[in-house]
Amino acid sequence: MGAGAAVVTLRNIIHSAVAMMICFGSLAGMYALLGAPIVAAAQVLIYLGAISVLILFAIMLTQAGDANLPAPFHRQVPFAVVISLAIAGLVGWAVFQTDWNAAVTAARAAVEDIANAVFTTYALPFEIISLLLLVAIIGAIYLARRPEEDERAN
Amino acid sequence: MGLEGYLVVSTLLFAIGAFGFMARRNAILMLISIELMFNAVNLSLVAFNAFLPPDSNAGSVFALMIMAVAAAEVTVGLALVIAIIRTRQTAEVDQYADLKE
Repeated sequence: MGAGAAVVTLRNIIHSAVAMMICFGSLAGMYALLGAPIVAAAQVLIYLGAISVLILFAIMLTQAGDANLPAPFHRQVPFAVVISLAIAGLVGWAVFQTDWNAAVTAARAAVEDIANAVFTTYALPFEIISLLLLVAIIGAIYLARRPEEDERAN
Repeated sequence: MGLEGYLVVSTLLFAIGAFGFMARRNAILMLISIELMFNAVNLSLVAFNAFLPPDSNAGSVFALMIMAVAAAEVTVGLALVIAIIRTRQTAEVDQYADLKE
């Protein structure tokens, strides 16, 4: 189901953003099926809530109402097809070659366990992530404010 | 659906994302393709975590951290794209060729 939504993603303009949202939503469903409810919740919050809205805003800002759709692909398409088919073939071959005899049914991941893991075993990566998010916010604000200051200087 | 099913979906999603990144001309759609690849990797991590025996929650924790990194990346990426679109008035990466010296 996720793949079907993703294939639609490779069409023209704003439809692909909506298809991306559908794809993210079905991925959240797959996380819930896999017994990782907190990852599913984070998927809905971050991707469906934040990133999709951000991308939709960017498309609205940049398209500016002109409906002339140029050819969406450029001439690298044959190479892109070959390379992505090679990726899919190689990884798929590896998936089916490997003997997953240790595979068991899904173990439910309790929220408390994940919280314990995040704040004890993975405390350092957690702090680094927070620092990275701070840097990203500062960088985005800087990039977004720069042209206004230039206009004011002129 | 077993482990292979999830892995096949993840592989296809990653390949679609790679194809979109290489073949699309719109800069925002290239960012969307990057998000698709992030999601494919996340799906495979969570699937491995759910099906393979060392019963820690490392896969879920890594998936959450990848989501945070993806959020940071898409924020900065979209800011860059919007800044470049403001100066170039186009979102087509073919027309950024004069960025190279």
